[in-house]
Amino acid sequence: MRDKKYQEIVDKHKPKENRISNMIIAFIVGGIIGLIGNLLVDLYTYFFHISTTEAGVCMIVTLIFIACLLTGLGVFDLLVKKGKMGFIIPITGFAHSMQSAILDYKKEGPVYGFGANMFKLAGSVILYGVVSAYVFGLIRYLFFGG
Amino acid sequence: MTNKLNNIYVKNAALVAGKLEKEGPFGKYFDKSYDSYNIDESLELSEVKLGKDAVDILLRKTKLKKDDIELLVGGDLLNQICATSYAVKNYNAPYLGVFSACATSMESIIVASSVLESSDLKTAICLTSSHNLAEEKQFRNPTEYGYTKPKTATFTSTGGAAILLTKEKTDIKVTDYTIGKIVDLNQTDPNNMGAVMAPAAADTIYNHLTSLNVTPDYYDLILTGDLGIFGREILKDYMKKKFGITLENYNDCGAMLYDMENEKEITAGGSGPVCSCLVNYGYVLDNLKKKNFKRVLFVTTGALFSPTFVFQKQNILGIAHAVSMEVVK
Repeated sequence: MRDKKYQEIVDKHKPKENRISNMIIAFIVGGIIGLIGNLLVDLYTYFFHISTTEAGVCMIVTLIFIACLLTGLGVFDLLVKKGKMGFIIPITGFAHSMQSAILDYKKEGPVYGFGANMFKLAGSVILYGVVSAYVFGLIRYLFFGG
Repeated sequence: MTNKLNNIYVKNAALVAGKLEKEGPFGKYFDKSYDSYNIDESLELSEVKLGKDAVDILLRKTKLKKDDIELLVGGDLLNQICATSYAVKNYNAPYLGVFSACATSMESIIVASSVLESSDLKTAICLTSSHNLAEEKQFRNPTEYGYTKPKTATFTSTGGAAILLTKEKTDIKVTDYTIGKIVDLNQTDPNNMGAVMAPAAADTIYNHLTSLNVTPDYYDLILTGDLGIFGREILKDYMKKKFGITLENYNDCGAMLYDMENEKEITAGGSGPVCSCLVNYGYVLDNLKKKNFKRVLFVTTGALFSPTFVFQKQNILGIAHAVSMEVVK
């Protein structure tokens, strides 16, 4: 039997993924996290009398702390099962990816263990984040006058 | 390649399982179970403990001492089959490590039986183990990492399984075995292992049946290892279309092991080398002993999967080994 015919059998028995509902859930959950972030920025500027930029940094630190804490408590992956990628796409997902890798490689020690593996998932995000920031920064500087 | 065995019998088996496996329909056949995944210091050592426990319980059940072990054959999914090697290091017995991913259990029976038949040895223990989180850590994402799994993804079973083969006559005889070939039908999705392994299983079943010149109903039950509920349907369909064989008295261990109605997390079924053993060495052997089944064909299926090779755009290879067992008076 040719591979194509076998692929037809495989596709026939493949269940449909709930893509649309997953997307809607992720959209709402991600949106709620964005809303929380914005509320935090407003709160920080109101109570601590700091600029929006500084409040933004504080908001990011707060969200990262909460995501790491929930990962350590073993709750975050259960939340992702309910809220889908809504929890992963914001900054919380980035913190979660690093924290979960650190937890996994704790036993291998600080150098060969979590030191070497904490960027296992987040490494690509950082690399391409920095590269694209550089490229877009350059485009902006050259074509739009900085 | 199919071969007949003349003088190999099953003495007894021992099974250790995790919590979800215990809650499944075959929970009562397990000798021991653990509620937590953290059995020992690390996830890998927890898997070692599962294997060690299985051998210890088997020795206790068969009233053998540590020094009575003549041969140990086994393997698992961790790199360099370390879990099995560390599990057996204190038994001071000759040891052969084997690997066919989730088809390891039947490969170990084939190797052990062949050694027994061609030597003066009288007994051999076959061992295999897997641990859900240790395997997740090695093959997929960090264990605490949350992500949405596709429905076709299987769930690695947690447990250890040991079986004692002997030349002394018992009720259950190991009759024939078929060594499977590697089958590659361009499957690249690590989240759909059922599709990778189904053609390998079909090939092995077909070769086994034609070599012995029998039809599927010669066996009371044909069991594949861990194709899952979707892979099971692919196998039936493929078997019919390619070889013109309809499988009726057939099921899949991965699809049977869990209580999937209440455990929504497990969408396609169980997998891992121990998954098939938890059904085969418990429920099936018990029914063979009670003579509810007369002949059974075990076809364990393995996906020879390496993340490195998949990232290098290589296909995932499938393999299946078959062993048949029969009740003798």
